[in-house]
Amino acid sequence: MNFTNFGKYILLLKAAFRRPEKTKIYLKSIFQQMEFIGVGSLGLISIISTFIGAVMTLQIAFQLVSDFIPKTIIGSVNRDSSILELSPTISAIVLAGKIGSAISSEIGTMRVTEQIDALEIMGINAPGYLILPKIIAGITMVPVLVVISMVLSITGGYLGGTLSGAVSAAEYVQGITTDFNPYTITVALVKAFVFGFIITSVPAYEGFYVKGGALEVAQASTRAVVVSCISILACDYIVTQLLL
Amino acid sequence: MIEIKDIHKSFGDNEVLKGISGKFEEGVTNLIIGGSGSGKTTLLKCMIGLHQPEKGSVLYDGREFTQLNFEERIEIRKEIGMLFQGSALFDSMTVEENIMFPLNMFTDQARSEKLDRVNFCLERVNLPDKNKLFPAELSGGMKKRVGIARAIAMNPKYLFCDEPNSGLDPKTSIVIDELIKEITEEYKTTTIVVTHDMNSVMGIGDYIIFLHEGKKFWEGSNKEIAKTDIEELNDFVFASRFMKAAKGKF
Repeated sequence: MNFTNFGKYILLLKAAFRRPEKTKIYLKSIFQQMEFIGVGSLGLISIISTFIGAVMTLQIAFQLVSDFIPKTIIGSVNRDSSILELSPTISAIVLAGKIGSAISSEIGTMRVTEQIDALEIMGINAPGYLILPKIIAGITMVPVLVVISMVLSITGGYLGGTLSGAVSAAEYVQGITTDFNPYTITVALVKAFVFGFIITSVPAYEGFYVKGGALEVAQASTRAVVVSCISILACDYIVTQLLL
Repeated sequence: MIEIKDIHKSFGDNEVLKGISGKFEEGVTNLIIGGSGSGKTTLLKCMIGLHQPEKGSVLYDGREFTQLNFEERIEIRKEIGMLFQGSALFDSMTVEENIMFPLNMFTDQARSEKLDRVNFCLERVNLPDKNKLFPAELSGGMKKRVGIARAIAMNPKYLFCDEPNSGLDPKTSIVIDELIKEITEEYKTTTIVVTHDMNSVMGIGDYIIFLHEGKKFWEGSNKEIAKTDIEELNDFVFASRFMKAAKGKF
């Protein structure tokens, strides 16, 4: 995003956060979006998180070859990596691909087929009606998905470690329960909140200002995913720097 | 009544509208005609606020639209109904939900009242019992009629139609034209139709503005248009062999 685009993005967000015309209709739309973002992504997030946890355990076990390091460390490292980085960031990047492209295509298609013009002519605040419910659903459901991802990643680590024999069940459980710092959860939730905002607002912006036809909608969708992923990684660094 | 005064609009170096003025009265069908690229859709978009003109004013019954803030514009837009070239129906909603949408947004009516209004609008456009269909299940002509039904759902004072006949067969075009004319006369709306369809021009054009290269070249009624000597207008109106042959009969 260059500065002009960033300015347009901020103005679009300002318009999106105007007072809704009819709260009841917006609430209905928010719940629909929550279902789409939350329930619709649960399966994908579950599979990815479980496998990442399992692979992480195997790789940590592979790297910890010294007899001086207790195997309980495998559980601790997997727990902290999952909570602080893997669950929020990998989930966000996966969701940027799945949800971001869908949001951008939906709004972009509405733009090129004049449906957004129709909303505006009716006197409806189109950014508010189309974007606000998605942002609210994103900032509420992405943290929920991240918490589920954390649990499944740690569980995946347990399964991967015990099934392969890389670590015993008792050592893994001792590892994940020793020296746990609850603040890491706070950091992860802050990240998830920020990522939820990016995943919904950036693609909405890309879709909202599409000009042209099907090709431009597809290009906007691709751009939305790329910009979202870069923004997620940049914000990941900034949030980590600020909070840890 | 809608009045436009000295409307100028450019896109980069391309000056599309070069000072267009006109008065569109209520209860009559006002047409904006012109060839492709003459600026008629741009003029329409300037009038409804989708484009901001660089210069000039648009007055809705004396209210200066271009100078209004967001909230004030919304109040005028609630009085506007619009039929888009591609109908612009919301694809995720049924016909009933499309027509009910503005009612849901801006009225506190009970669902039964809104449903009555939806059914009335659908009957008005000769599409009863199509409530539960989705736009993808409708033909082009049916989509246009649903678009009209949605446009009149809120009893608009101003009705805009952007190329209502594009992509339709001649018979369906006449049905749509007649519907627009009937609604205009029945509800005394200020109706503005952007078209380059000559059947519409000759059939429903009570007041016509002809645009050529971003300027207003001519204005008058469909009765006067056949008698004009302006070369650019004659080239546009009587472009086809059929129209040339029929010229003397209008």
